[in-house]
Amino acid sequence: MGFFVEVLLSGLMAGVLYSLVALGFVLIFKASGVFNFAQGAMVLFAALTFVRLLDILKDSFAPITLSLIITIAMMVMLAMAIERLVLRPLVNQPGISLFMATLGIAYFLDGFGQTLWGSDIYTLDIGIPKGSIFILESVFDGGVLVAKEDLVATVIAGLLVVTLAIFFQKTRIGRALRAVADDHQAAQSIGIPLNYIWVIVWTVAGLVALVAGVIWGSKLGVQFSLSLIALKALPVLILGGFESVLGAVIGGLIIGAGEKLSEIYIGPYVGGGIEYWFAYMLALGFLMFRPQGLFGEVHIDRV
Amino acid sequence: MNDTERKLGPTILKADNISLAFGGVKALTDISFEVKEHEILAIIGPNGAGKSSMLNVINGVYHPNAGSVTYRGNVRQQMKPHEAATQGIARTFQNIALFKGMSVLDNIMTGRTLKMHAGFLAQCLYVGRARNEEIQHRKKVEEIIDFLQIQSIRKTPVGRLPYGLQKRVELGRALASEPVLLLLDEPMAGMNIEEKEDMSRFILDVNDEFGTTIVLIEHDMGVVMDLSDRIVVLDYGKKIGDGTPTEIRNNKEVIDAYLGVSD
Amino acid sequence: MFYREAGQFKTSYKADQAVFPIFQDRIFVAIWLFLGFVVVPMLANEYVFRAIFIPVIIMALAAIGLNLLVGYCGQVSLGSGAFMAVGAYAAYNFMIRIPELNPLICFLLGGLSATVVGVIFGIPSLRIKGFYLAVATLALQFFTDWTFSRIDWFTNYTPSGSIAVQPVEVWGFVFDSPIRKYLLCLTVLVIFTVIAKNLVRGRIGRAWMATRDMDVAAEIIGIRPIYAKLSAFAVSSFFIGVAGALWAYVHLGSWEPLAFDINLSFSILFMVIIGGLGSIVGGMLGATFITLLPLFLNQLPIWLGINMSTAMVSHLEYMIFGGLIIFFLAVEPLGLARIWQITKEKLRLWPFPH
Repeated sequence: MGFFVEVLLSGLMAGVLYSLVALGFVLIFKASGVFNFAQGAMVLFAALTFVRLLDILKDSFAPITLSLIITIAMMVMLAMAIERLVLRPLVNQPGISLFMATLGIAYFLDGFGQTLWGSDIYTLDIGIPKGSIFILESVFDGGVLVAKEDLVATVIAGLLVVTLAIFFQKTRIGRALRAVADDHQAAQSIGIPLNYIWVIVWTVAGLVALVAGVIWGSKLGVQFSLSLIALKALPVLILGGFESVLGAVIGGLIIGAGEKLSEIYIGPYVGGGIEYWFAYMLALGFLMFRPQGLFGEVHIDRV
Repeated sequence: MNDTERKLGPTILKADNISLAFGGVKALTDISFEVKEHEILAIIGPNGAGKSSMLNVINGVYHPNAGSVTYRGNVRQQMKPHEAATQGIARTFQNIALFKGMSVLDNIMTGRTLKMHAGFLAQCLYVGRARNEEIQHRKKVEEIIDFLQIQSIRKTPVGRLPYGLQKRVELGRALASEPVLLLLDEPMAGMNIEEKEDMSRFILDVNDEFGTTIVLIEHDMGVVMDLSDRIVVLDYGKKIGDGTPTEIRNNKEVIDAYLGVSD
Repeated sequence: MFYREAGQFKTSYKADQAVFPIFQDRIFVAIWLFLGFVVVPMLANEYVFRAIFIPVIIMALAAIGLNLLVGYCGQVSLGSGAFMAVGAYAAYNFMIRIPELNPLICFLLGGLSATVVGVIFGIPSLRIKGFYLAVATLALQFFTDWTFSRIDWFTNYTPSGSIAVQPVEVWGFVFDSPIRKYLLCLTVLVIFTVIAKNLVRGRIGRAWMATRDMDVAAEIIGIRPIYAKLSAFAVSSFFIGVAGALWAYVHLGSWEPLAFDINLSFSILFMVIIGGLGSIVGGMLGATFITLLPLFLNQLPIWLGINMSTAMVSHLEYMIFGGLIIFFLAVEPLGLARIWQITKEKLRLWPFPH
C-alpha cells in the first residue's frame, strides 16, 4: 500500500507540471482560439534563456533576480513579436492555418533559442532542495518516499495554477479574456482591444512556460527534450477540455497518476515504456464517451 | 392562388403534440399540425417562436422530447437527418448552409448523392457505372440550373456569390434530390423585391411542376399570403393559429401577437 | 502565350467533365509525363535521383494521401508518420513471412494494413472534431512508435530493432539502380494521382468536401457522416501506407522506428498546407518544396563560402523553415497550388488583363 501511494504521489506531482504546460495551451486557446503547438518550444526557449543568463550574470549582485527579470522581458517581447508578426497577419484565417503557424513558431523558436544560447545540456540550480524525504510515516509502514524537488515544484506549480484561476475569474482583464474567447467580433465591438489581449495571454503563457521550464530544467537539465514536454501535455487537454482551466488541472493530475501507475502495474506485462502512449490512449478512450472533455462546454450546432 | 382549383392529396406529414426543450428553455410546446400532399404550408411567427426548430424536428436534426411525427403513414419519434433525406425530405437553411469551397455545379450535384450507386472501384477508375452516372446526373443537374437560371455561374465557387444567388443555389441543391417534401427556412430573407419575386415564382413552379409539398418559413407577410395554401402561426413555441391566409388575417390572437396588442 | 480556351466549345457533359477540359492542359500534362519518364532518366545522375527525385515522388504520394483527408474531407490528422510506418512494417512482414508474394502486392497489402488502422483510428472522428481529433491522431503516432520499437515480432527479432532489406525484385526484374527505383516510384505516383483525381471529382469526393464545408448540411442531403469520414480515412491511409512501404523499401533500404516519427507527420502536413489544401497538384508542389528546402539550406553556406558548424546549420535551418511557414501562411494561405492557379488564370486572359 505504501508503494502504491508512493507511485500515485509521484504521478500526481508529475501531473501538476503537465497541468502547468496544459494551462499555457488553455490560456491561449481560450483567448484566441489558437491551438498553440509552440508551447513546448516556449518552455525550452524560456529555460534556455534563463539558464544561460544565469551563467553570464553569475558574478553580479543578484544573478537569479536579474536573469529572471531579463527572461521575463524577453518573453514579453516574444509575445509582442508573435502578435505582430504571426497573429495579426493571420487574423480571420481558419484554425488549422493558425495551428500550422504555431508549428512554424515552434520550429523557429527551437532554432533561434539554440542558435542564440547553444544546444548543450545545461544544469540549472536555483536552490531547489535535492534529495528525498519520507513522509506520512504515521500512516504507512515505513512511510512514503518523495523527492524534495518534486514537492517544491508541486507547491510552486499549484500556487501558479491558483493565481491564474483567480486572474481569469476575478480581474477585469480576465473577464475581457473570456469575452474575447466567446466571440472575437463582439468583444471588439464593446471596446476590448483584441491585439492587446493577445499580447497579454501570450505573455502569461510565456511566463507559465518559464516556470515549467525552470522546474523541469532543474530536474532534468535544460536541453532540447524540454521542447517535447508539450506533447505530454496534449492528452491533458483532450481529457480536460481545451477551454477549461479547471480541466487542465484535474486532467493533468489524472494523466500524471495514470501514466505512472500504468507503467508500474501494466507496463511489465507488455514490454514496458507504455507511458509513452498510455496517456494518449486513456484520453482517446475517454473522448469516445465525452467528446467535449471533462469540463469542456457542449456547443450546440445551430442550423 | 385560387384554392378551389388546387388538388390537395391526403395528409403527408402530421405533427402530433411535439415538444422540444434545450436544457430549461422550451423551444416548442405541444405543437400539432398537418400538411397535405401538394400543399404549400407557411409557418410564421415572431423571431424565436420556434419555427426553425420545428423544421429541424421534421427532418431529424432535433429529436423532440415528446410527441411524434407521422410522415407518409410512418410514425416516428427519432430519425437521423440522412434517413429523412432517403425518405424524400429536403431542406434549405435560414443562414445559408452551402458548401462554400465547392462550385455551384458540385453543390447541386451533392443533392444527387442518394441517387448514385457506383461502386468504389468504379469511382477510383472513373469507368463504367461511375462515369455514366456522373454524366446522367449532370444532365439532371443542368436541368435544375436552367430552371433556376444560374447557367452563367455554374463553375463559380459558391463562397464568391452574392447572397441572393446563394439562396437560389441552395434551393437548387434541395431540388436536386427530387424531394417529396421540401422545407424552406426563410428562402427570401434579405432579398430585394425583384429577387423575392423570382424566388416566389420558383417555389410556385416547383410546387406546380413536380407536385412537391412545401413547408416554408417566411417573415414577409405579403409573400406568405400570396404563396401559401395554409398558414400555421407560432408564438413562444406554441401554436396560436392555423388556417387559410384569409382566416389568419382575421385571427385576433395572431394580430395581437404580431402587433403586440394585449387585451 | 498560347494558353487559351477560346474556340474550345464542349458539346457534351462528358467532355466538360474531363480532368483537363482545356486542350493546352492536356498537352502540358503530356509534356510533364514525357519529361518524367523519358527526359529525366536520360539526364539525371545517381545523386539527383537518390536525394531529390525519389524522395520527392514518394512524399508527393503521401502528401496527396493526406490532402484527401485534411484538404478534401477536413479531418486534421497528425498521424501520417504512423500510417507510413504501418505501411512499411506491414509490407516487410508480408514479404518475409510469405516470400512467394510479389513485392508489389506486398506494398499494396502494406497500404491495406494502413487502411485498416486508419479506419479504426478514424472512428473517433465521428464523435470529435478539429483539434481534439488532431490530438487523437497523435495517439496513433505514439502508439505505433512504441509498437514497432518494443514489440520485436514486427521487426522479426532483429537485435538492433532496425531493418535492412534487399532491393525489390518483381518478375526477375531487380529495382536496384536509382533510375529503376525512380521509374517504379513515378509509375506508382501517376497511377495513384489518377485515382485520387477520379475520386475527388466524383460522388465520393463531393461527399468529402460537403462534410468538410458543412457537415450538418451534408447529412441533411443524405451524406452519411460515417461513410464520408471513414472512407476518407481509409483512402488517405492507403495512399500514405503505400508511400511508407516505398519510402522504406525504395528510398531508405534500411530503417529504424524513428524514421517514421512525429517529425515526419509534421513534414507531410506542411507539404499539404504549403502546397495547398484540397488540391492534388498542391500535394506535389508541397512535397517538392518541403523536400528540397533543407537540401537547399544545407548547401547555401557552402555556396556562399561561409564556414559554419553543422549544428549551427541545422539550427538555422529550423529557424528559416519555421519563418517560411509563417510567411507562407500569411502571404498565401491557400498555398502554392493557388499561386499556380492564379498564374493559369492570368495566362488565360493575357495580354488583356480585363
